[in-house]
Amino acid sequence: MSEINLNHHTGEGGDEMERALRAALRSGAGDSSPPPIVDAAAAAGLLDVAYARLDSPVGTLVLASTPLGLARLAYIDEGQEEAVMEDIATRLSPRMLSAPGRLDKPRRELDEYFTGRRRSFDLSLDLSLLSDFTRRVLRATAAIPYGEVATYKAVAGAAGSPRGFRAAGNALGSNPLPIVLPCHRVLHSGGGLGGYTGGLARKRTLLAIERPPMSD
Amino acid sequence: MRLPPFQNLLDAHDRDVHRFLIASVGPIDADDVYQETWLAALRAYPQLAGASNLKGWLFTIAHRKAIDHVRARARRATPVAEPADLSEGGMGGAGFNAVAAGADDELWTAVAALPDKQRTAVALRFIVDSAYAEIATVMEISEPAARRNVHEGLKRLREERTR
Repeated sequence: MSEINLNHHTGEGGDEMERALRAALRSGAGDSSPPPIVDAAAAAGLLDVAYARLDSPVGTLVLASTPLGLARLAYIDEGQEEAVMEDIATRLSPRMLSAPGRLDKPRRELDEYFTGRRRSFDLSLDLSLLSDFTRRVLRATAAIPYGEVATYKAVAGAAGSPRGFRAAGNALGSNPLPIVLPCHRVLHSGGGLGGYTGGLARKRTLLAIERPPMSD
Repeated sequence: MRLPPFQNLLDAHDRDVHRFLIASVGPIDADDVYQETWLAALRAYPQLAGASNLKGWLFTIAHRKAIDHVRARARRATPVAEPADLSEGGMGGAGFNAVAAGADDELWTAVAALPDKQRTAVALRFIVDSAYAEIATVMEISEPAARRNVHEGLKRLREERTR
């Protein structure tokens, strides 16, 4: 190699060469895109958490799954994405890669739910990190049919702790899979909305999707 | 211990790791070593004691994988291969000529032809923007040695250019 078209700069010292290097090494041969690593990571058993985003009528959602199944569905509020991701990394595992293709099934089922074409979810779920009590409460919640509602007290009773409706409320508040495990169907006995992980506006939206207002 | 999602690390450094490995092992083998690097990083990630200096940690892995790869390739090479090619870093060779076209690629080829340590130091300095301390960490050498390798590499590149 004898000719580089920088020859006319010869003698101008290191800065010129350093600038040329910076420019050249970031383009040219190095400009090809790096290959994706997610499939190799999964094949090597190193993909602990695969995640994807989903736009929905209740805002942007992040879905995260482990090899056992869907483990988290999180609402993303403005500016909260990084904090939510870090929370998922801390609770599940930091070995976490964006892998939309691995979440096609839950994304499709949620899309169908939001457009009124699906009443129940057929997904494997990973609830392994939850306490027994929380799992029982969430199972009782999952038994509330589409379009219907139940009280905190009824859910606590179904979970085997009739007096534990406050604890049941807390368990619902820590539901890692809202929508899929429909804690939005649980209301106060007086008919009040109660609380909701993602805020009451989202709870209203979900209830309205399931029970459209009568047309007459 | 709170570690950010691994994807953050990938997003921040995937292109630079790839470029660094193209400079280290050539464009043909870079994809394989790139994958080995990220899988090794992913394997070790949860055991990291802290999230400081993730970049230095990552490029240390990339550098080691590149060295392993070049050594394995040397072992596979037939005995008639010129031994000077291995110690003088001539790993660029055919692989680089395959992509060399413009002036930028000629510079890539010149960098690829540098002796191993100079090539690595120059690549870290100008692809990854590493400080000398970071180059020293990644290459497991002293900081003055890191500085010297960058300097010698630049000197050789300038000589090439004026030849």
